[in-house]
Amino acid sequence: MLKKEGQIRIPAGCAISGIMNKKGKRFSGEMIIDSISVMHERSNGLGGGFAAYGIYPDHKDSFAFHLFYDSKVAQRETEEFLKKYYDIELAEAIPTRKVSSIKDSPIIMRYFAKPKIDELYKSELNEDDFTVKFVFKVNNGIDGAFVVSSGKNMGVFKAVGYPEDVGEFYKLENMYGYIWTAHGRFPTNTPGWWGGAHPFNLLGYSVVHNGELSSYGSNREYLRQNGYKCSLQTDTEVVAYLFDLYYRKHKLPVDIVCKILAPPMWDEINRMPREQKRLYKSLRAVYGLGLMNGPFSVIISTDTGLIALNDRIKLRPLVVAKKGDMMFIASEESAIRAVCENPQKVWHPRGGEPVIELLDKTVSTYIEHKYIREVTA
Amino acid sequence: MSLSFLTPEFIVLRDRERCNNCGLCIKLCSFQAHYYGEKQQRVVSDDKKCVNCQYCVVKCPKNALIVKKHPLEFRQHDYWNDTSIKDIYKQAETGGVLLTGMGNDKKFPIYWDKMVLNASQVTNPSIDPLREPMELKTFLGKKPSRLEVDNKGNLISHMPPQLELEIPVMFGGMSFGSISYNAFKALATAAKEAGTYFNTGEGGLHRDFYDFADNTIVQVASGRFGVNQEYLDHSAAVEIKIGQGAKPGIGGHLPGEKVGEEVSKTRMIPIGSDAISPAPHHDIYSIEDLRQLIYAIKETTDYKKPVLVKIAAVHNVAAIASGIARAGADIIVIDGFRAGTGAAPTRIRDNVGIPIELAIAAVDDRLKDEGIRNQVSIVASGGIRNSSDVIKAIALGADAVSIATAALVAMGCHMCQKCYTGKCNWGITTQNPELVKRLDPDEAARRLINLLRAWSIEIKEMLGGMGINAIESLKGNRLMLRGIGLSEVELKILGISHAGE
Repeated sequence: MLKKEGQIRIPAGCAISGIMNKKGKRFSGEMIIDSISVMHERSNGLGGGFAAYGIYPDHKDSFAFHLFYDSKVAQRETEEFLKKYYDIELAEAIPTRKVSSIKDSPIIMRYFAKPKIDELYKSELNEDDFTVKFVFKVNNGIDGAFVVSSGKNMGVFKAVGYPEDVGEFYKLENMYGYIWTAHGRFPTNTPGWWGGAHPFNLLGYSVVHNGELSSYGSNREYLRQNGYKCSLQTDTEVVAYLFDLYYRKHKLPVDIVCKILAPPMWDEINRMPREQKRLYKSLRAVYGLGLMNGPFSVIISTDTGLIALNDRIKLRPLVVAKKGDMMFIASEESAIRAVCENPQKVWHPRGGEPVIELLDKTVSTYIEHKYIREVTA
Repeated sequence: MSLSFLTPEFIVLRDRERCNNCGLCIKLCSFQAHYYGEKQQRVVSDDKKCVNCQYCVVKCPKNALIVKKHPLEFRQHDYWNDTSIKDIYKQAETGGVLLTGMGNDKKFPIYWDKMVLNASQVTNPSIDPLREPMELKTFLGKKPSRLEVDNKGNLISHMPPQLELEIPVMFGGMSFGSISYNAFKALATAAKEAGTYFNTGEGGLHRDFYDFADNTIVQVASGRFGVNQEYLDHSAAVEIKIGQGAKPGIGGHLPGEKVGEEVSKTRMIPIGSDAISPAPHHDIYSIEDLRQLIYAIKETTDYKKPVLVKIAAVHNVAAIASGIARAGADIIVIDGFRAGTGAAPTRIRDNVGIPIELAIAAVDDRLKDEGIRNQVSIVASGGIRNSSDVIKAIALGADAVSIATAALVAMGCHMCQKCYTGKCNWGITTQNPELVKRLDPDEAARRLINLLRAWSIEIKEMLGGMGINAIESLKGNRLMLRGIGLSEVELKILGISHAGE
């Protein structure tokens, strides 16, 4: 019998795409679907997905949990567990439509919930750590339940299928966000498990990733010691946890985090001014096990911006473009040009050189209607 | 004297056609295996004295000599084999402890040879070290679990002292006394040139080598030979030697014959006196005592140098290593049962301790499980033979390795295992000035540098094949290893899957 993701490590190639409106204006998911669908050849129908930010303005202060259940039993168990620790504002099925190529759908639910004050107090954790613990407990402890996303005012929508079909399945043309990322997967095995599709999410961080980390074994062990359990055996999970560890827990500046994940070569460090050299030497000495080796291009999204990063010697494609307030990142330039006719600037970031684009401080919730097109229901 | 029952171990074959009776072999052999036979009127050999160091074989201008295992065999008996019978003869004759040199030569499993490495195919490109940078730089020492950086990108945290290695291979502890001045000099020169470290062993540091301080690890062992402030100051790091893989649980003994003027000055002991290192340190009877010594050394060196603690790999090595980490050591050196030595009781060499491969995995696991792996680096030693052993040691969880036997072999050692006699014909493990002269320190250093260079190229090739371009990504990356022909228990301890899984 084929093993499920998590029981076995499955290498995969991929297509990735990310779009952001710097002013925080929200736009329909149709745009990212158009972008990722151009790269149809880069995936093989065994996994596709989207992360969207700003989609739940009415519940923006609650954790938005997206969940997959294999069975009613798993659902009941998880909901009891959720109720014990969270006040649930709303529980509902995520709206979907039938798409011929998307089969074997699990039960797909979303919950808007806030940690119960007394439970939070008892745990002596902050809201984020409390929620991380909850997510790990569900994913590792409840058979047949999987937390797809756990951030606020955001959500992940994924399935086994081509990304454009997944977008149609989740009716993303009716969703409006200011940041969208997308992923089309080309796994070398046929897991057929929805949880194994990407993006991978933890709290507000989502990761879409094209690559295969040759440092996976070292990274996973390092994360284990830092309290993260890599249950899926995917590289993407490693990226998300490393980012969470360095950015949220170690409170390192985001550009430094990128320089840990893809550090400069020693040749370059040796040419740096003294203080900078001391910093980079220390980073490599202390955070060597957080170095992501092997080919990757990755887009990390948070509620405040987008980060694009390549491995140190650029073994996977990654293109960035800008036009006005819009920023585009994709595996191929075609995926950008498909949705942005005349970008002002298009460039291929060098290996290990992060592109970090943050939202302007004031974020509007205005919906940019020019990206809405007629869609048949 | 009664008749010895011992028969020769080797037979010296002299090609009479080729031998021109020049007598060079007579002059060269410190074991006096060759002599001029008055009766025969030509140069002949005494098989019994030959130790098979092959010095005469290599040096004979006419290539007239061959040394072979003596064909004489006892009647076949799988249990009472040659060695067990001869050992009894030896002890019945002398009443003494059997002595030997180098490491355990018994047929225990060699786990290095039962593990294979991974390589990238299709889903992940291999990296060509001829075209792309391939980084082997390694830091040894305590690492904080996190760094603090202010929002201007300035480092706020203080970094504990680190050893910086350009290749994750150091030279293991070998004392001046057990090895010759020239051999010692070669190691120091090579370490400096290659950007790594050599280790003084328990023999002090001759003042001639103070220039090599930045590449020197000085050892503090149970005999405290040569230890003073000046010694500690002329080092990059200080190693407390608790035990060694070749003879766990016992001390050391440098015979008075090897203590000449220079050795005497360096060790701070009288000429001709035996240098006896006790089995335990007389101030360490428990882990808390070790902590005191570690901190005494740190105080003495202003907390500017990492402190290493070296132990032999024994049954509960993981728990001991954890204690050492908690006692404040910056680096733990684990020495496996294949480790060599100048002199060890044969029974101890061959029967005490465990394989280094299992020890690395067990220690790495334990320190990780306890969440203290970052507090201490692990150096593996004891029988590292080649670059793939190095790679496998690091993939199992070591930060770096030390080599000593391999370094001696690079200098010319032919593994005759007679280091303890002080008669090394190759000029390596001797203090006899005539023999020491035979080892040209510059030439020996060049051979050592060549060896490290060759290994580093091979390591880079293998790393590139795995799709890795910085050695840190191999550290503890056991997914890169698969076992072949190992039992489930062995696989579990090594923390690896079987090939095909």
